[in-house]
Amino acid sequence: MKSAELAETPVAQRGSRLRLKGVGQWARNAGPLAALILLMILGMMLNPSFLSWNNISNVLTRSAFTGIISVGGTFVIVTGQIDLSVGAMAAFIASLMIIVMNQFADAGWSLPVAVAVGMLIGLLVGLLSGLVNGLLATLGKIDSFIVTLGTMGIFRSLVTFVANGGTLTLNSNIREVYRPVFYESWLNIPIPVWVLGVVVIAGAIVLAKTPFGRYCRAVGSNAEVAHYSAIHVNRIRVIAFILQGFCVGLATLLYVPRLGSASSSTGLLWELEAITAVVVGGTALRGGSGRVSGSIIGALILTLIGNILNLTNIISVYLNGAVQGVIILGAALLQRNSRTR
Amino acid sequence: MSKLHWALQATLLDGRDARPTLILELVGSSRYWSKRSRYPRASGLGLFRVATHFMPTDQEYLRPTQQRQETSNRPASILATRNITHAFGPVTVLYSINSDFVPGEVHAVVGENGAGKSTLMKICSGILRPSLGEVHYAGKPVETGNLRKMENLGIRLIHQELNLADDLTVLENLFLGAETVWGPFLEEKKMRAEGRAVLERVGLDISLNKPVRDLRVSEKQLVEIAKAISQRVTVLILDEPTATLTSQETERLFQIIDSFAKAGVAIVYVSHRLEEVKRLSHRITILRDGRLVTTQKTADLSPNEIVRLMVGRSLHDLFPAKIPPTETTNALEIRDLNVPGLVSGASFKLKKGEILGFAGLIGAGRTELWEAVLGLRHASRGKILRDGKEVRANSYSQAMQRLNAVYLSEDRKGKGLVVSFDAQTNYSLLGLKRFGSWLVDERKERNAFRQAVEQFQIKVSERSMPISRLSGGNQQKVLLAKVLALDPEIIVFDEPTRGIDVGTKAQIYHLIAKMAAEGRACVLISSELLEIVGLCHRVIVMRSQQIVAGLEGPAITEDEIMLYATGVKSPQPTLAL
Repeated sequence: MKSAELAETPVAQRGSRLRLKGVGQWARNAGPLAALILLMILGMMLNPSFLSWNNISNVLTRSAFTGIISVGGTFVIVTGQIDLSVGAMAAFIASLMIIVMNQFADAGWSLPVAVAVGMLIGLLVGLLSGLVNGLLATLGKIDSFIVTLGTMGIFRSLVTFVANGGTLTLNSNIREVYRPVFYESWLNIPIPVWVLGVVVIAGAIVLAKTPFGRYCRAVGSNAEVAHYSAIHVNRIRVIAFILQGFCVGLATLLYVPRLGSASSSTGLLWELEAITAVVVGGTALRGGSGRVSGSIIGALILTLIGNILNLTNIISVYLNGAVQGVIILGAALLQRNSRTR
Repeated sequence: MSKLHWALQATLLDGRDARPTLILELVGSSRYWSKRSRYPRASGLGLFRVATHFMPTDQEYLRPTQQRQETSNRPASILATRNITHAFGPVTVLYSINSDFVPGEVHAVVGENGAGKSTLMKICSGILRPSLGEVHYAGKPVETGNLRKMENLGIRLIHQELNLADDLTVLENLFLGAETVWGPFLEEKKMRAEGRAVLERVGLDISLNKPVRDLRVSEKQLVEIAKAISQRVTVLILDEPTATLTSQETERLFQIIDSFAKAGVAIVYVSHRLEEVKRLSHRITILRDGRLVTTQKTADLSPNEIVRLMVGRSLHDLFPAKIPPTETTNALEIRDLNVPGLVSGASFKLKKGEILGFAGLIGAGRTELWEAVLGLRHASRGKILRDGKEVRANSYSQAMQRLNAVYLSEDRKGKGLVVSFDAQTNYSLLGLKRFGSWLVDERKERNAFRQAVEQFQIKVSERSMPISRLSGGNQQKVLLAKVLALDPEIIVFDEPTRGIDVGTKAQIYHLIAKMAAEGRACVLISSELLEIVGLCHRVIVMRSQQIVAGLEGPAITEDEIMLYATGVKSPQPTLAL
């Protein structure tokens, strides 16, 4: 052992510190998964039908919207930003899609083409909205919280405006064509669950295994260090917002055929659900570290709570929000503990 | 002796360049045993502290500092330090300092960057608690590290960095934390009158309602002084107060200082600027490497002597032999580079295989100049030529591609390393795409890191350990490995040895020399004159945003550099760099 190593840490502390740190890391990584498993055991004990394939696929399908959005949200939060506009953005995209599809169908296009064009436009609008958020936050040098608070208001009120204060409805003939995207299954697994799975796996790979993912974490940890490591900090931040926009677009593609309508209450509070999912999943709200797998577990936990409350009578369904709140606070406490030295 | 200090020193390991020392300090005092708050950081027993110190040479810890101090009939000191020793983690920055500050006297404290001036002042004013030693007020020891208590005694420190709340008004700042109240209400009228009086005393004519944000820096400085004297003041400590002032503003500050001294306040004046020190102070204390070199009457010392005492050291054996560069081709030529407010009109050439030093005081514009060259900062004007052709770099990644240049930041934790990442992730962050632009090839990355660990002798016990748990020296090695991994032709080392142990310092010096010997162009920006003199083939001295001198061969001496850097010598008229 050479001299410099001795100076590192006081001898007595070295071993114990490392072990403690290991425990903290483990708690942060496995905590959300453990919570999910506990919830499932609880659900099983309370109601045997909980484990039926029907119920499970129902839970997964319901998690798809929040789940997909929270994958994009993970990137935004890991880079040290936040996006409050996702719910309003989803409503905005949904209403644009409905208008476009109705228009094309009325103009005599074949219905599948109208649906395809509408979906494409939905994705494009998502990408563009993300780009706008990102540019305002970086080139505009406005805090992302404020930027997305502003765009949230704009999107939300645009929806009310185009829907004329009411509800936009998809023509019934288009709905017939579009319906399978949400309601059909492939290999006995609903389409939204397939999409969710693909998005989660792709997101997890991008965040954990690519240079871009690592740049996201570097930017969120310390933007100055990233700058001095030849990383285009602003570019990374904008791309994170674009990814978020894309995920919102994708989630909306699945959402529109579900109800076939959009109104000013569409996607209400999705942003909070997505952020909650990300944070419950172990991603630090101040950025710098996070995992996509955690976020999807977070989304599943949130849906499961509602599901279990629905299946049992112990706690009123009206307390759903309260139980979710308790879970959020518990996750925050766990994260705090794992960071104290 | 009512208070006892035992320092028990056990040398554990014997290194060639340096020796780490485990020091078991038993700190006991019948008076303080009951007051546990005095040693809050002590371990469970409350009386023992175990610390590892990293010492440059043998037995210096307990060696009394050599001091020449006239003991003739001087008036009693109001503030004094007795055997103040202080360590930040493994780095000892002050060794047993004894100093006395006398009412009515302007006492200058000078020394190079890192000599320990600011630390000493922070201890005197109660911001820091020293590792060992006492602070005396009017002959009696006072509790150290208690800012409030020191303020009540009238000891006020005016920081290098200003300490005002930008959004509050001048008046609100003046009385911040010391508002006069009537019941639950502020006594606006009374404060206003007092505030106006105190501003008059410092000769400042501004509205009390102005937000501090809107003031000029010099005005802020005066507000800070006004704030300090709005309450009782017995000792006024100014830490480099003129760094941001114009000569006129400096003049006014001097008049104010004079008037305070005449009124019987003890003034402690910390500065680099020798002309000012010479003019203003009655006595001068010189610190070097955390040791007190001498305390003498200012009149007895010439500026040249002061400089010599500030820089004279004997660590020369740390450096490899200087081998003159064999090549003479330019790696880079800079013409008339400007960064608004930070660098003006810099022109020079950088040759292949040489180590070009950039010396100067902090804030002279050295770092900013190179950041501008490397695309890290926007330059308003100027040309960068490589092989005779102009090259533009708007971002660091462009500079890396087009100039094949890299920059080692002076700010290890703020700009160099992500402290929450492990060593390997930090190592590969710069130029990460060499391990694959789509997916990071983790095996390749791990192998590259393993090689770097060997090459740079980095001590990492566990790869996944956050880098914040490594020693400063090991962190610096990771940073060096990160920057040098890309096989650059031009390397800018900005303060490469700041805050690290001597052994690692020597390793880094040899590394820099090796890089130059391989034909790379090396730039060494450093405030440690010793390493500039010990390593560089040529030295460029900067002073307030400008290049003022170029030195070569035997002309590179610490004294010469310091004379240009502090402005004692006026800029060289013709500069062919």
